[in-house]
Amino acid sequence: MGSLAVQRIITAAVVMLGVSSITFFLLHLVPGDPIEVMLGESANIADRAQLRAELGLDAPLFQQWTKFHAGLLKFDFGVSLYSKKPISTLIVSRLPWTVMLAMFSLGTALVIALPLGILSALRPNSAVDSFAATVSLLGVSVPNFLLGPLLIIVFSLGLGWFPVSGNSAPMSIVLPALTLGASLAAILSRMIRASLLEVLSEEYIVAARARGLKASIVIVFHALPNAALPVLTIIGLQLGALLGGAVITEMIFAWPGIGQLTIEAIQRRDYPLVQACVIIISFAYVTVNMLTDLVYARVDPRIQR
Amino acid sequence: MRSTTIMCLIVIGIWLTVALLAPFIIGDGNSINLEKLFVEPSGESLFGHDDLGRDIGPRILVGARVSCSIAFFVVAISVVVGTTIGIFLGWHGGLIDIIGVRILDVFLAFPGILLAIALAAVLGPGVENVLIALSVVGWVGFARLARAQTLSVKHRDHVLVAQALGTPLFKICRIHILPLIAAPIIVEATFAIAAVIIAEAGLSFLGLGVQPPTPSWGAMIKEGTRYLLIAPHMAIGPGLALFSIVLSINTVGDSLRDHLQIKRGAFQNL
Repeated sequence: MGSLAVQRIITAAVVMLGVSSITFFLLHLVPGDPIEVMLGESANIADRAQLRAELGLDAPLFQQWTKFHAGLLKFDFGVSLYSKKPISTLIVSRLPWTVMLAMFSLGTALVIALPLGILSALRPNSAVDSFAATVSLLGVSVPNFLLGPLLIIVFSLGLGWFPVSGNSAPMSIVLPALTLGASLAAILSRMIRASLLEVLSEEYIVAARARGLKASIVIVFHALPNAALPVLTIIGLQLGALLGGAVITEMIFAWPGIGQLTIEAIQRRDYPLVQACVIIISFAYVTVNMLTDLVYARVDPRIQR
Repeated sequence: MRSTTIMCLIVIGIWLTVALLAPFIIGDGNSINLEKLFVEPSGESLFGHDDLGRDIGPRILVGARVSCSIAFFVVAISVVVGTTIGIFLGWHGGLIDIIGVRILDVFLAFPGILLAIALAAVLGPGVENVLIALSVVGWVGFARLARAQTLSVKHRDHVLVAQALGTPLFKICRIHILPLIAAPIIVEATFAIAAVIIAEAGLSFLGLGVQPPTPSWGAMIKEGTRYLLIAPHMAIGPGLALFSIVLSINTVGDSLRDHLQIKRGAFQNL
């Protein structure tokens, strides 16, 4: 277990180094001169030279790279070009909102997916199953930038149940969480179904039933925990789509998270801030996946190497 | 084949025809009519008019061209590049494979559409840059899939025989490996087309994709959300278009996957 953890942490660190390097080089991909793109063509030479020096773009590339990563280790991304505030402060103020949105979306997805998945596994090819299949096909086919406005039209403008956007009311999170969680719910319900179907045909389930245990007890205590393992991995992997989708969802609902910060930074050509946002979101994803692997190894004794 | 699958194929066929022909028949859909600002859908104009009084219906049809052509090129590039790299890594093995897999891992560590957003942001908006951004993200999945599949078939007897007979490497890959790993790649490519259509619309929705006045579904939905309070119909038309093609492609992908699995099962019984 210990060696597996160390191995996974080293792998994650290598991947993170790759992610930060790619993100670092993104700025150098800007066609032409990034300084000119950021300041506009009319900027005078002194301003350009000053910004160039501030961003360290006058140094050799490798030196820039080491400086960038040295800052990264100290959670120092420099200063935002637009607001002149430290980027780390901006990120810390926005991050909780995105974490909250991601958590609620995951919760929403599970609340929808668990009953759908379990019911369709217990009655495969029944009306319930085909209903769940249809719902999940709809779920993966409606992009969040379409579902979001539709939910606003129905539940905010039509029924007036929830606020249109923002984060001022406690109920504000309902529609963004539903928007972001819908496609995850669609994928999860099918995974739960497949996984549970497989487990239900195992001999220990038949044995438990033969011992006279009630069907409900066998399902809850024998089948579900075993079916949960592959689902856990999918949740970890799908969290990436969730975090990426958060960018769009936060824009639709004016949710003040990292995703909205990213797009605002892009619109203001605040490239250091864009880099920082991309790195933070990706690092969160890598960390969650690493933790998923470790949890998986802990709960499944077969993986202990 | 199920009747729903056939229906979905017809929907896809209609959209492809529209994508090919619409610009020649109805022009660019950009004619502005200030007397018809935000006019709601009616018998005369099925999807209503937008914030510049443009008829939304024709713009949806012209928008199909952007969506379909970007999806086609991105998936084509991704499949060719990804599969080539994947087969190479799987076949070669050793240190190159280990390094290659790490590089794939790094690309996969960017969540969802985020890398495409970042790339589109630094490259600037425009069709070509959307193409580049989505291809950079797209090839990785195919490389991983092709590598795993190659690993599973490269030790089969017929490959060994071909090697023993001195068949050139390129020919082994083309004749003895590619046909065996094609099925999952085709299924993956089908789903990828739907995913790229959504991703392109997503980038346009964020203002990073196709630029106005060129009609694009994502940009039209974005405009619609700006006027959601006074003209919700602006988002609904392009949304329905996007939804119908993505749903159809996903359905076809599902039945393609089921079909190929059944076939594989049948061969296993022989």
